[in-house]
Amino acid sequence: MSDIKKIKDDYLNRLNNDLNIESVNQIKTELFGKNGKISNSFKSLGSLPSDERKKFASDLNSIKDEIQNKIDSKLQEIETKEINSKLENEKIDVTLPEREFSRGKIHPVSQVIDEISSIFSEIGFSVEEGPDIENEHYNFTALNTPDNHPARDMHDTFYLDNNKELLLRTHTSPVQVRTMLNGKPPFKIIAPGRTYRSDSDQTHSPMFHQVEGLHIDKDINMGHLKGCLNYFIKSFFEVDKIKMRFRPSHFPFTEPSAEVDIGYEIKNGKIIIGEGDKWLEILGCGMVHPNVLKNVKVNPDKYQGYAFGIGIDRLGMLKYGINDLRAFFETDYRWLNHFGFDPLDVPSNYRGLSR
Amino acid sequence: MKFTIGWLKEHLDTKIQDNSLIEKLTDIGLEVESFENSNFDLDNFKVAKIINVEQHPNADRLRVCDVDIGQENNVKVVCGAPNAKKDLLTVYAGPESIIPKNNMKLKISKIRGVTSYGMLCSESELNLSDESEGITELKTTKYSDKIGENFFKNKSEKVVDLSITPNRPDCLGVRGIARDLAAAGAGKLKNISNKNIKKDGSQIIKVSITKEKNQGCTIFGSCLITDVENKESPKWLKEKIISLGQKPISAIVDITNYVMLDLNRPLHAYDADKIDKEIIVRNSKKGETFEALDNKEYKLGDDMCVISDKSGVLGLGGVIGGMRSGTGINTKNILLESAYFIPRSIRKTSKLLNIDTDAKFRFERGIDPGSIELGLSKAAQLISEICGGKISNFDIQKTDKYEKNKIKFSVSLFEKITGFKVDDNEIVKILTDLGFDVSKKKLELDLKIPTWRPDITQPIDIVEEIVRIKGYNNIKTLEPEKSKIKDTLNKQQKLFHFLQRSVASKGYFETVTWSFTDSKINNFFKENLKEIKIINPISSDLDVLRNSIFTNLTFYLKKNLDRGFKDISLFEIGPIFKDSKPGEQLTVIGAIKSGKVSRLNWNEKERPVDVFDVKKDAIQTLVEAGYDRKSLFIRDKSPSYYHPGKAGSVYLDKDDIEPVAYFGDIHPNIVKKLDIKTEGLVGFEIYLDYLKENKIKLKDQKPNFEYSDYQKSERDFAFIVDKNFKAQDLIEIISSIDQNLIRSIKIFDIYEGENIPDNKKSIAINVIIQSSEKTLEETDLEKINKLIISTVETRSGAKIRS
Repeated sequence: MSDIKKIKDDYLNRLNNDLNIESVNQIKTELFGKNGKISNSFKSLGSLPSDERKKFASDLNSIKDEIQNKIDSKLQEIETKEINSKLENEKIDVTLPEREFSRGKIHPVSQVIDEISSIFSEIGFSVEEGPDIENEHYNFTALNTPDNHPARDMHDTFYLDNNKELLLRTHTSPVQVRTMLNGKPPFKIIAPGRTYRSDSDQTHSPMFHQVEGLHIDKDINMGHLKGCLNYFIKSFFEVDKIKMRFRPSHFPFTEPSAEVDIGYEIKNGKIIIGEGDKWLEILGCGMVHPNVLKNVKVNPDKYQGYAFGIGIDRLGMLKYGINDLRAFFETDYRWLNHFGFDPLDVPSNYRGLSR
Repeated sequence: MKFTIGWLKEHLDTKIQDNSLIEKLTDIGLEVESFENSNFDLDNFKVAKIINVEQHPNADRLRVCDVDIGQENNVKVVCGAPNAKKDLLTVYAGPESIIPKNNMKLKISKIRGVTSYGMLCSESELNLSDESEGITELKTTKYSDKIGENFFKNKSEKVVDLSITPNRPDCLGVRGIARDLAAAGAGKLKNISNKNIKKDGSQIIKVSITKEKNQGCTIFGSCLITDVENKESPKWLKEKIISLGQKPISAIVDITNYVMLDLNRPLHAYDADKIDKEIIVRNSKKGETFEALDNKEYKLGDDMCVISDKSGVLGLGGVIGGMRSGTGINTKNILLESAYFIPRSIRKTSKLLNIDTDAKFRFERGIDPGSIELGLSKAAQLISEICGGKISNFDIQKTDKYEKNKIKFSVSLFEKITGFKVDDNEIVKILTDLGFDVSKKKLELDLKIPTWRPDITQPIDIVEEIVRIKGYNNIKTLEPEKSKIKDTLNKQQKLFHFLQRSVASKGYFETVTWSFTDSKINNFFKENLKEIKIINPISSDLDVLRNSIFTNLTFYLKKNLDRGFKDISLFEIGPIFKDSKPGEQLTVIGAIKSGKVSRLNWNEKERPVDVFDVKKDAIQTLVEAGYDRKSLFIRDKSPSYYHPGKAGSVYLDKDDIEPVAYFGDIHPNIVKKLDIKTEGLVGFEIYLDYLKENKIKLKDQKPNFEYSDYQKSERDFAFIVDKNFKAQDLIEIISSIDQNLIRSIKIFDIYEGENIPDNKKSIAINVIIQSSEKTLEETDLEKINKLIISTVETRSGAKIRS
C-alpha cells in the first residue's frame, strides 16, 4: 500500500512541475505502459490474499484515476499554453483599413418622389404616369388652353415637329386627361414625372419634375383641397404646424384657381419652413374646370373635384437645403454623394419619411 | 403691371394704409411682385452748385469739381462734361442713386486715381430730354436758393408691381385694379370725371372697315385734333411715366401711354397730314411691306389686320404703328385712334411676325370694347389742354354691337364648389361692385357681364369672382379621408422602385439627366432607333431626345473623370425614346462603371473593372427582383456600342425573343472617340418594359420546404472543349442529367495553354451529388460519374481530361 502511495505522491509532484508534452508522455509510459508501475501493481493483484485484495484494488483504482486526471489536465494546460503563445505571434494591426465597400446613392429627386408617394398613399391616392412626349391636344387644348390662349406663352414649349403637334409635356396635367379618359370616376391620383420647358438660366432648368394631383368625386369641394394640401405639406416637411396661404390665381384648367404659399423664415442662412412671416410660393391648384371635365367625358353636373401641381425639385431643395436647381441634373459625383440618400432609406409611413 | 399708390388713389377713395392695400391686392388674386420705392428713387437727385473746377491730374478730358450739395462739406465729383464750370447750377446724384436712363447704380469709386462721390447728371441721364452733351444747366434765377433741395418736386412714390394673370386684362389698367379693390371693401371707386369736352366739326378723314373673312377689327373710333403744338410733357406727366420706368417722349405719345396705363385703353396717334386721303381697315395681302415704329421693315402675310390709306399700309392694327404716319415734335394735326381688335387675330399676326408690344399684349388678352369713346375723350382732352388744338366729333365705325353677355347663376353652386356659404345679398353686392348688372330671382341671379371681363363666360367663373373677393381664408380645411380606390403602385411601378434601389445598393450613384442630349454622342448609342429632333432646342448640343441612357452617362462620366475621379459607378433609370409619338418610349436602367476594382488596396489585388463585374450586378439585380437564376439565359449578342467579344444579353427564358438586359465592355472605338481616359469602361442596361411579371409572387404561399440530410458527395471533372464552346451549355448539359441527384455545378477553373491543343480549352467543374432518399453507395456515385462524362462527351464533343 505504501508503495503505491509513494508512487502517487512522487508522480503528482512531478506533474506539478513545468513540463512539456514529451515529459508528460514519458510519465504516462512509466506508470501505465506495459511494464509501468501502476500496470505492474494491477498485475500483482492476483498474488494477494483475497481479504486484502479488495481494499488494495480499490486504493489502486482511485490512485490511478487521480493520476490520470492530473495528467489530462496537465496536457490540457500545456495545449492551451502552446495555442496562446502561437496566437500571440499571430497578432496583426487591426487598425489597417477594412476591405473596400462601395456605397450607392439614391438621387434626391427619386427620394422626394418616394416621400410624396408615401404621403399620398396614406390618404388614398394611387400613382399614375404618362408619356414624356405629348401631343398638343393633351398638353393644352383638352386642358382648356386653346391655341389662341395667351396662357400658352407662359409655357415655353419644346416642339418635335414643325406643325407644333408633338411636344415635350410642359406639365404633368396631361396625365389627368389620360387618366380620366381611360377610366370612370371617382379618380384619386397623383402623377409624378419629368416636365420640360425651354427655359434655361440660374433658377430654371429645361427639364424639371412635377407631381400632379387629382381628386374627382361627387362632392369634392375647395375645403377638401385645402385639407389635402395642408396634410401633405405638414407631412412632407415633417413639422407639426405649417403656415399656409391660399391666394386666388389663374390656370386655364382650374376654376377657381389658387396658388399656395407657405410661411418661412431664414435662420443662420437656412430656410426654416413653417415659421416666420415670409411667404414662399409652392404650388398651384384649383377646382377642375368644367370644360376640362367635358373634354374627358366626365359630366360636370355630377362630378367635381380638385387638381394641383407641385414642383418636386423645389420641394427637395427646400426640405434638404439644396441651393442650386441646375446642379440636380449635372451629375457631379461629389454632389450626388453629398445630397444622395442611402438606398436602404426607403420612405414609408411606418418608419417615417426620413431618418 | 406697375403703378404708384398715388395714381391708384386717383380712382380709389380710400383711407386704408398702403400695406393693407398691398395685402388686399394679393388676397383678391392680384399678385404683388414687389412694392418698393421707385427704382429711380427721385429723392437722390439734388440741386447742386459747382464751387470750383480743377483739371484731373491723370486725364486730359476729366475735371474734378467741388460741389455744394447743401451740406456742411462740399463733395468732390469727377466729371467729363465740357460745360462743367465754376458757379454752374446743376443736378447731383449721390452714391446709391440709380440713373433713370440706364438703371446704373452709382458707387463711390476712383476714376483714374481720384475718388468721385456721386455724379453730375445730363438731361438725357435723367430721362428729361435727349440732351447728352453736357451736364444739366439750371437757371440761376429759379434754383439759386434751392441748393441741396430735391430736384424732382414730387416726393418719390412707392411703386407697386403686379403680376397680372392672362385672364384679367381689365387689371392692366389702374382703374380696373381700383375697381377690384373697391369690391373687396378697400374703398370706393371714384366716378370718372366727365368734363364735357368741346368738340367742333366732324372728323373729315373717311374711315372704313372692310367686310371680309377673318377681319381682325370690329370697331374703329377716331377723332381729329387740329392745330396742336406737340411738346415735352409737363412735369407731372413726365414724372408719372418715369416712375414706372418708362421714358417720356413727347406730350402726344406720353398722353396715349398714360391713358393706356390708366384705363387699359390702347390708343394710337397718327400725323393726320401724312395720311393719304382716307383710312381703310383691311386684311393684308401677302408680300405687302411696311416700316414699323421699331425701325424694322416687316413683310406681311395674308389676312393680317392692317390700318392703311390710299398709299398703303400705315400700321398693324393693335400691334404696332408705322413710321410713315408717326407723330413727331412738329406734328400739327393728329388723328387719334381707339379701336377694338379681335384677340385671336392679334395673337396670330404677332406670332407670325414675332412682334411683342405693349398694345399687342393688351389686345391679345381682350380690350374693353365699351371703352372706345372714354379713351378718345380722356386723351383728346389732355392733348388739347397741353398742346392746344381743336377736337373734332368722334367717328365710330362698327361691325359688331358688343352687347353684354348674360349668365344665369344659381346661388347654390357657390357652396357646392367652395364648401362654405355667403349670404345672397352679399353675393349681389360683390357682383354689382365688380360691374355686373344683377337681377335677383328666387334661387337664381340673372347677370349681365361687364364688357371689360372677357374671361367670364360661365357660372363657375362667377363662383371664382365671389370667392376671391370674399377671401380664400373663408374656405374650411377639411380632414382628408383615407379611403383608397386602388393600390398606390401598380406592378410596373413597384418593379421600378425596387430595381432603382437594388442597383444603387450595389455601389452605384443614381443620377438624373435631361431626356434630351447631343446628337453627336447619341449617334454612338442609337442603334436602329429613330433620331428624334427637337425643333427648338435650347442649344445645338441638346438637339435630340435620347435613344439610350448611355448617351448622357458617358458624357457625365467623362466630366467626372476630368474632375479627377477614377473609379466611378453611375446609373440612371428613366425614359429612352423610340419615336416622336406619345408612348413610344421605354423605361430603362443604364449603369456604367469605370476604372479599377481595389485600386491602391493594401491587401487586395487591383484590377480594371470588367464584363463580369457588370454581369454580376445585372444578374444579381434580376435575381433580387425575383427572377430565377436557373431560368436566365445568356447570349453573346449585344448592341454595337458594346465590345463585340466582351458583352452579352440576358433573357428571362431560353426561348424568349426579347432580351431584358445587356452587359459588357463599352466599345473601345466609342471610348476613344469620346476621349474617355480610364483603365476600364463597362456597363449594363435593364429594360423594364420587357420584364414579364413573375409567376410566383411574394404574397403567394412558398413551396414546401424540402431538404435532404443524406451525405453529400463532391466530384471534380475537367473537360477539354473547343475554344468557343460556352460554359453555360456545359452546365445545362450536366444539370439536365439528373436533377434529383445533381445539386450544384461550379466552374472553378478555365485553362488554355501548355498540354492543351491550340483551339481547345479546359473547363474544370465541381459537382455536388446528393440524394434525398438515401446515402449514396460508391457504386451509385460511380454510375453518375460515368453518366456525366459520357453525356458531356456525346452532347458537346468534349473530352474528359485524364
